[in-house]
Amino acid sequence: MIELRHVSQVFSGRQGEVHALDDINLEVDGNEFVTLVGRSGCGKSTMLRMIAGLLKPTSGTITVAGEPVTKPRQDVSFMFQRAALLPWRTVLDNVMLPVEILRLDKAVHRERAHELIELVGLAGFEKRLPRELSGGMQQRVSLCRSLIQNPKVLLMDEPFSALDALTREELSVELQRIKMEQETTIVFVTHSIEEAVLLADRVVVLSPRPGRLRKIVEVDIPRPRTLGHNAHADRVTEVSAELHELLVPAPAGGAA
Amino acid sequence: MTSETLGRRRGPRQGPSLKDRLTDWGLPLLGLVAVIALWWAATVVFSIEKFLVPSPVDVVDAFIGQAGYLMAQTWVTLLETVEGFLLAAVIGVPIAMLIAGSRLLEKMIYPLLLAVNAVPKIAIAPILVVWMGFGQMPKIVMVFLLCFFPIVISTATGLKSTPAELAELVRSYGASRMQAFFKVRFPYALPQVMVGLKTAISLAVIGAVIAEFVGADAGLGFVIVQSGASADTPLAFASMVLLGIISIVLFYGLSALENLVLPWAEENR
Repeated sequence: MIELRHVSQVFSGRQGEVHALDDINLEVDGNEFVTLVGRSGCGKSTMLRMIAGLLKPTSGTITVAGEPVTKPRQDVSFMFQRAALLPWRTVLDNVMLPVEILRLDKAVHRERAHELIELVGLAGFEKRLPRELSGGMQQRVSLCRSLIQNPKVLLMDEPFSALDALTREELSVELQRIKMEQETTIVFVTHSIEEAVLLADRVVVLSPRPGRLRKIVEVDIPRPRTLGHNAHADRVTEVSAELHELLVPAPAGGAA
Repeated sequence: MTSETLGRRRGPRQGPSLKDRLTDWGLPLLGLVAVIALWWAATVVFSIEKFLVPSPVDVVDAFIGQAGYLMAQTWVTLLETVEGFLLAAVIGVPIAMLIAGSRLLEKMIYPLLLAVNAVPKIAIAPILVVWMGFGQMPKIVMVFLLCFFPIVISTATGLKSTPAELAELVRSYGASRMQAFFKVRFPYALPQVMVGLKTAISLAVIGAVIAEFVGADAGLGFVIVQSGASADTPLAFASMVLLGIISIVLFYGLSALENLVLPWAEENR
């Protein structure tokens, strides 16, 4: 579904050139859930923005559904760290925003909007304004908005990182449930190893400066996964430990 | 829905309670009554001459004595104020759009606007009379000049303050410039436009009076100049009170409109 071939991104700043990403090769299958983890400055968000068509790679090619990405695509949705809701629009109208911009059939999608709002547990809140909602609820609305046009690809840039730990956990579990009901390819950027293990089919580990693909870790834990007690606790611990070692430098000055 | 989210959401908005209404209206009224009482007491205790500082009773007498005349003059000034203000809004907002939409135009127009605004408007008033005579036109133009600048600045600032994530959001859907403007940037700027309009409406009345001072045959400013010449101070005071009332009514009218049209804006409680 998504293919990156020898993708590099170089930003030229005042202090010379910054290699944000260096020769990235990655393939994401249809309906797969991939998380990108790495320390700050390893180019995770840059990679996501390039797949979204918001940023052109300095070199290399990116294709989505077999077509080269040159500008934002209708079947690719982007979800931001902040909910980015329009404060004057109700929950329902915020979810409908992409439908208006993309000039899709309103009646059909209004029905879908109601379904999505129900799916994330916000039924009854359709007429509320964003400021009447908690941060977690706002991010749920944002999730509905990014799913409204039935995108083939959903790109999520640390979508839950501005939320408190419990809400974050709850939304991760919910996203997993929604993913099991909706056929969507998801690329999800996160700092959290826990989140990565809970959500991903594969975890892509990036190393910083220049951002390079360090390792891809398969997470073969059956779904639905949970964060509490479960039958696969050992495997979860194992994968988490592996990721931890990749991301946090060893005390003896290991290179990471 | 879980308890976490339900607990934090705000309940439906309720109307103000009786106590809130009393503090909203009662306290300003109390302040007004106290000031009038002090004023009255001062004129009586120090037995100040009527032509220097008239007592509240003298002012009310003056008003009742010439009520018809004063209302007609109030109407003249009110019309000039509102017409000049509307003109400034109708021309100022599109110009602000141009400034916010194009770097080139901003660089061209902005310093010019600053320079024009720096000229004390009262300096232009006599010239306006030379150009346009004693009718309503120079007053409307003066009001326009005073209102125009705050409206343009505020609107342009509002249009340029679209949060980056909202701009990026519409871009991620491949929105056109027009779509981005009408769906996000313009609505987002509206509270800021209102700030400009509210600043302007207070200046509008001042503009009308300045223009009437310099050359007029009608309006409250004209009445004040006339009564100054004939030492009819109570009549001048009555006119000033009417000017104050015009100002307050226009300002709160705009505020009410804002609450009606922009219930989502942060400035409103």
